[in-house]
Amino acid sequence: MTFLQIAFYVFSAILVVSAGMVVTIRNPVKSALFLVLAFFSASCVWITLQAEFLAIVLVLVYVGAVMVLFLFVVMMLDIDLAKLRAGFTRYLPIGSVIAILLVGEIALVMLGSFNGAEYANPASHAADYSNSKALGLQIYTDYVYAFEIAALILLVAIIAAIALTMRRRPNTKYNNPTEQVKVNRDDRLRIVKMKPETPADTPADTVIRGKES
Amino acid sequence: MIPLSHYLILSAILFGISIVGIFLNRKNVVILLMAVELLLLAVNMNFVAFSHYLQDTAGQIFVFFILTVAAAEAAIGLAILIVLFRSRQTINVDELDSLKG
Repeated sequence: MTFLQIAFYVFSAILVVSAGMVVTIRNPVKSALFLVLAFFSASCVWITLQAEFLAIVLVLVYVGAVMVLFLFVVMMLDIDLAKLRAGFTRYLPIGSVIAILLVGEIALVMLGSFNGAEYANPASHAADYSNSKALGLQIYTDYVYAFEIAALILLVAIIAAIALTMRRRPNTKYNNPTEQVKVNRDDRLRIVKMKPETPADTPADTVIRGKES
Repeated sequence: MIPLSHYLILSAILFGISIVGIFLNRKNVVILLMAVELLLLAVNMNFVAFSHYLQDTAGQIFVFFILTVAAAEAAIGLAILIVLFRSRQTINVDELDSLKG
């Protein structure tokens, strides 16, 4: 057994176990953390497939951004877990039967069809081969329109997420920048015309107190 | 070396686990979203494996776009979830019946 094989089987075992924990564990926070572990081991499996760029993107985007978002949401929501877990075991038998059938059928097809010589192990790349460079060359030439659309989708997602969750509480105090910028002198400053005050006009006791101190 | 079929079976097992997860956690929208993420991961694993064994980077570029769309979907899904929780005080799928569907 080579080191690559050992790494692949160890990481796949971790991946399968943590994926199982994600869907069966009671606490949603723990299940989000197991999903982080699953993504991490998946990225390790992708490294064994020499897809370094995607493996790093998976860790950065999923573990770094999406899963943090999940954790925030799970911790913010005050959910009644017992109610959500009701009927959990009722659907376990039919769910497992369907999953086992599905996996068994796929495995039969895969083992029958994709074991031939045309799917033999490809030659390894040269030492100076860069996966990111190869992907970048294709993304910015052949797939540039798709790339732009992906950027647009992300923009739409940002706007949609902000627009959905933004709300104004009635009793919050906040500044209106438009009003602040539009302000002129007359709104803030009032010039009062009054007679100049002379010491004779002020009451006598205040003058004395001023002298004592 | 590792045959291609082992990668494909690994992704099939992941897919099966996520299907079971959708069956088990029908009521909890958060876990449902996580199971959908796992489904997408299983599909991505297939793409990367074929891309490596057929020596074609197009598969990896497709995974790149799937990751983009999945991230957008997760963000919007969680935003909808928060709005839902604010208005109904629950994320139980069984209680979300105001459309009378």
